[in-house]
Amino acid sequence: MSQPAAFEVRRSPSGAVVALSGDWTAQNLGRTGDRLRRDAPKGAALDVSALGRFDTAGAFVLLRAGVAADGGEARPDIGRLAALVGRPVETDERGAGKPRSAYAMLVRSGQNIENIGSDIYQTMAFIGRLISTIARLAANPARLRVAPTVALMERAGLDALPIIAATNFFIGATVGFLGANLLAQFGASVFTVELIGVASLREFGVLITAVLLAGRSASSFAAELGAMKMNQEVDAMQVMGVDPFEALVLPRFIALLTMMPLLTFVAMVASIAGGMLVSWWVLDLSPSFFLQRMLANVGPEHFWLGIVKAPFLAIVIAAIGCRQGLEVGGDVEQLGRRVTIAVVQSIFSIIVIDAVFALIFMELNL
Amino acid sequence: MIMDPADDSATSDRPLPDRGVDPVIRVENLTSSYGDTVVHQGLNLEVHKGEILGLVGGSGAGKSVLLNTLIGLRAPQAGRVEVLGVDVDHATGAERETLERRWGVLFQSGALFSSLTVRENVAAPMHEHTSLSSKTIDQLADTKLAMVGLEPRAGNLHPAELSGGMRKRAGLARAIALDPELLFLDEPTAGLDPISAEAFDTLIRNLSDVLGLTVFMITHDLDSLYALCDRVAVIADKRIVAVGPIPELERSDHPWIKDYFLGPRGRAAAETADRVEADSEERS
Repeated sequence: MSQPAAFEVRRSPSGAVVALSGDWTAQNLGRTGDRLRRDAPKGAALDVSALGRFDTAGAFVLLRAGVAADGGEARPDIGRLAALVGRPVETDERGAGKPRSAYAMLVRSGQNIENIGSDIYQTMAFIGRLISTIARLAANPARLRVAPTVALMERAGLDALPIIAATNFFIGATVGFLGANLLAQFGASVFTVELIGVASLREFGVLITAVLLAGRSASSFAAELGAMKMNQEVDAMQVMGVDPFEALVLPRFIALLTMMPLLTFVAMVASIAGGMLVSWWVLDLSPSFFLQRMLANVGPEHFWLGIVKAPFLAIVIAAIGCRQGLEVGGDVEQLGRRVTIAVVQSIFSIIVIDAVFALIFMELNL
Repeated sequence: MIMDPADDSATSDRPLPDRGVDPVIRVENLTSSYGDTVVHQGLNLEVHKGEILGLVGGSGAGKSVLLNTLIGLRAPQAGRVEVLGVDVDHATGAERETLERRWGVLFQSGALFSSLTVRENVAAPMHEHTSLSSKTIDQLADTKLAMVGLEPRAGNLHPAELSGGMRKRAGLARAIALDPELLFLDEPTAGLDPISAEAFDTLIRNLSDVLGLTVFMITHDLDSLYALCDRVAVIADKRIVAVGPIPELERSDHPWIKDYFLGPRGRAAAETADRVEADSEERS
């Protein structure tokens, strides 16, 4: 039905004539417009006897080539479309691309350093606001928004329970296999129990929980607050006299702070269960022997050393998620970038904080 | 819109709605519902080639649901929706693709792609559906931006940097990028200042006159209705209760239509429209 656009330049004594044929529409033009610009003499007249359909794209290429865009009696639409299109606009490329040179690289690295500086400053400002909000809440506990806090506890805490338990179960089982294999070489495979106990209680329980929450909650906090920021909901709150920190950040903060130790406890239990199952299966250590040995040789101090880290990690996850969310402004791309930053930063911080704790505990001979 | 030499309605000064041929949009016995809430029941509507049809109705009457059904974003629960001769709900992939090339949609808030510049937004449908060179596409995109009254400089900006009115204009430029035969507009003048709104009306009128566009627009702007629409469809009681030119609707007995057109705002808009008409007659 549609035919590709084509043209032919004819020279006659009265001047050049461009004969158009086919459909001169956006979909059928292809590269014909560029060829017309190159080949057609300026001010040439039109022959439209073989012309099919015609639209603004056709009018545009005629005007750009400097051909008289006038269909005469036969095709008045050409003249009208040309009038509507007006003067063809040359693309204004100013500011379109970024400059590429050594200078531009210097500019970019300078901007990055400045960004890091302002990022640190903003983090400090955020922590300051958070602390002052908490202080105000402590002075007047009735200000706590209980309903959203509990709802968030359910969403960020209770709903995460299955995945946290399952992940830690497999971590415990993996440590069990590893221990059974390695320690058997020294004939000390019974020490697998100690390995599983210490690893689960001191490190993996709390660390895996924190990493999962960083993936689950830091991202959702950032996305929620970011979308609210883009939708001007945060601004609306502010002008209503509602402190967004009190209404949005604090409930998330408290929810994670209370749920994280509880989730860590479940994680430790699941991890030990995984290890116990493996030792029973591979090493033939009965569960009662396993638990007895655990009580005698591992002891509760490892549990305390693990769980004491939970609140600190919770604070970091909630704070990073909320802060990145509130930094969103403008477009969707920024929202995506902020959510990514929230997850990456919180996982990084979790590992660093864990290392700091390990150092402290070592110095304290714990 | 594509002009066919055989179709003389497109070349006449102001093409009259052509009732002889198949309508551009035909909705028969449409039923839509969300759960227990029935939005449309037995809704019928026809839009003719070359006309500007305005759709009015109270908030929550189902205007946007109807628009979404027409453009295939929502499947109807029952009934038949035909656009440009294609059954939207049962179209094959190829049919749909052809159809989407033949219509343009301006969403209420512009719905520009926020990660692209304005020029890239307008160029996007051309890159997608034509084999034009990228230089031609860029220039054509800028030409379209000029047609809707945006400066070439605006082409380099991102949607987040635009004002509401500019965003609407950019959305319109994207909607007409491929010279569609049918233009859907969702509240094109809402949120614009009166001067911009009038300029927008003039622009749509011009485009429709010269390109022979069929326009289906949802609007609450009474001035737009009087100035622009050939016919107005009124949606109420889950169906289209009346379709016709405004003078005809003003004589309707339906209480909602009476309140709408004969209320203080309706009367003011009618007076303005009369005055404008009288002025133009005097001048000629």
